[in-house]
Amino acid sequence: MPDPVYPHASRFGHRLRVCALYPDLMNIYADRGNLLLLERRCAWRSIGFEVTPAGLGDTIDPEAHDLFYLGGGQDRDQVLCARDLAEVKREALHAAAARDAVILAVCGGFQLLGHTYRLGAEEVPGIGLVDLHTVRGEGERLIGNIAIEVRLPGLEGPRVLAGFENHGGRTHLGPGERALGRVLRGHGNTGAGDVEGVRRGNVVGTYLHGPLLPKNAWFADWLIARAIGPHADLPALPDDLEHAAHAAARRAAGI
Amino acid sequence: MSGAALQAKVAAARAAGALSRRAGRGGTSLPGKLLMRLEPDAIAALALRLGRGSAVISATNGKTTTAAMVVGIMQRTGARLVHNRAGANMAGGVATALLSAAGGGWVRSPPTDGDLGLFEVDEFWLARVTEQLRPRALLLANLFRDQLDRYGELETIADRWAEVVARAHGSALVLNADDPLVADLGKDRVDGDRVLFFGVEDDRVALAGMQHAADSKHCRRCGSPYVYDAIYMGHLGRYHCPTGDNRRPRPQVAAEDIALDGARAARFTLRTPAGSAQVALPLPGLYNVYNALGATALALTLGAGLEDVRAGLEATAPAFGRAETVQVGGRPLRILLVKNPAGANEVLRTLALEEGEHDLLAVLNDGVADGRDVSWVWDADFELVAGGLRRVTCAGTRAAELALRLKYAGVPTERLHVVDDLPRALDAAVAGGSGPLYALPTYTALLELRHELVDRGLAASAFG
Repeated sequence: MPDPVYPHASRFGHRLRVCALYPDLMNIYADRGNLLLLERRCAWRSIGFEVTPAGLGDTIDPEAHDLFYLGGGQDRDQVLCARDLAEVKREALHAAAARDAVILAVCGGFQLLGHTYRLGAEEVPGIGLVDLHTVRGEGERLIGNIAIEVRLPGLEGPRVLAGFENHGGRTHLGPGERALGRVLRGHGNTGAGDVEGVRRGNVVGTYLHGPLLPKNAWFADWLIARAIGPHADLPALPDDLEHAAHAAARRAAGI
Repeated sequence: MSGAALQAKVAAARAAGALSRRAGRGGTSLPGKLLMRLEPDAIAALALRLGRGSAVISATNGKTTTAAMVVGIMQRTGARLVHNRAGANMAGGVATALLSAAGGGWVRSPPTDGDLGLFEVDEFWLARVTEQLRPRALLLANLFRDQLDRYGELETIADRWAEVVARAHGSALVLNADDPLVADLGKDRVDGDRVLFFGVEDDRVALAGMQHAADSKHCRRCGSPYVYDAIYMGHLGRYHCPTGDNRRPRPQVAAEDIALDGARAARFTLRTPAGSAQVALPLPGLYNVYNALGATALALTLGAGLEDVRAGLEATAPAFGRAETVQVGGRPLRILLVKNPAGANEVLRTLALEEGEHDLLAVLNDGVADGRDVSWVWDADFELVAGGLRRVTCAGTRAAELALRLKYAGVPTERLHVVDDLPRALDAAVAGGSGPLYALPTYTALLELRHELVDRGLAASAFG
């Protein structure tokens, strides 16, 4: 990843402080692309950007970051990180969510937002930030292009998120929990029903990778705005290629 | 099964394959697939006819080039080789190659029966193919993150390979010492019994740090993160486990004093149990030095002498789309297949060695053979070349996303041109400048590009 541009510059004092959780272990589906989108789109707007990696054993300060990112990993790495999250970082992430920091968790990270992830005889702990649990399905992995329809605060009307999903786990939301979106094409949380991801306030979990933000630059901007706060006014960027990539991802999913 | 029964099935499969080929459906694997349907053990039965036995090559990256090198070396020893065509590396492709060599006239078959089988095998098909072939030697060269939607996790493939090795008692092993996932497969062979390790021994070609796309950074025995004294590419390097239960084996076949000559060639000192030799390899990059080391170790295992090895390596012609050059509109078009982050990184690293600014034709498809999931382009280090690109023409089914990747790597957008359609993109790329043009296609894009070049009379054969 290139060095952050203008690390301390800020637009009207705005600054996005990102905590990347386990960037060397939970990065299997090009999660780096998500961080790169956040970084560049802040830099182009002269919004200060800093990213702090937090690995196994590192404590995190819930006040020190505006956005926490957790990607996906191989089974072995995911189990290592799950234990570390539960033992070392759980309280801080609950505190961060309580102060409305953005938490974006993709794929394996999404699974760890919930209570547990059951892999055969093994039960991997989650951090219980939202009411969901995941079970490794007996059937095939759920793989393919996917598009979901989302409604988000601050945005008029429904929008489409497009990406790619590849998961063996089936994620079940608790009765009080809301999905991130409705599946237009693809499998979603369980492969049955039309529910994809989870969103509670600024805590977002999804199976959409591919990676997510390059295919949906508008969503990167929504996250940046939510993380910086209600007064963020993000000027538009020349997004021709972003729009074309989004359109291609939608076409790949069949819409 | 009687010989006559097999002969009848061979004839039937061959006839059906010829029919399909005349109908213009290509079909490099089709006759073998048909034969396997008629006779599931056909590979085992036909392989028995190979007087010198057979050898198998598998890896995420470099199978085709390594196989081409081994063919070049072994032909010098008088061996008559039976080998599968680039890309036809599942059971059907192997069966087709054996079928072609089983006497009679399948298209492109060797004029006489071969006596030594050499097969590049898809990492997923290794168990099925080795079970039937019972190869004399098994070269396992590397495992990288690749097409997760098709292959699944790296650890899963490593587990499958471990089962293959456990059952392949009769096969000598040729393993990459620098890839911890691969080297670990030799652990149960006592005292180096029929295991030959190869690796790089030159810290000057080491990377400053771990590349982003590196996998397999943890000991398979105890889970501790490996400590690297040198990283050569991806997770390949000189490593050891801090608990002391695992370390890189010392390679008996090694490359020392490596000099990389841009995107054209490489030179190194080849050290082997049979002596040392200076090798001038007509292929670029450290990844091709690794291919040469694997080919050397396998050829030595199969009985080649050092001079045949050296001469064979130096005469290697680029394999289909692997650094081959075609003249287009007065410009040399150098074609470098990219299909996963580790392979792309080595191509980009090699390109970055070339002086000056470059023109690229970058083609990203999302066909089944490419991987439907294109997220890997965000794991590849396009930043390595971003500052040295004059003009990039992006094509393919996911052209826009590739252009976006380059934009976020730092290429100014006015240098990026999206032309989805490949023939038009080729014209635009050629017309847009002068001097060398580098094409970086994914697998199905390479096939399309190759067909287009053949249709224009610029390349000889669609199948290399």
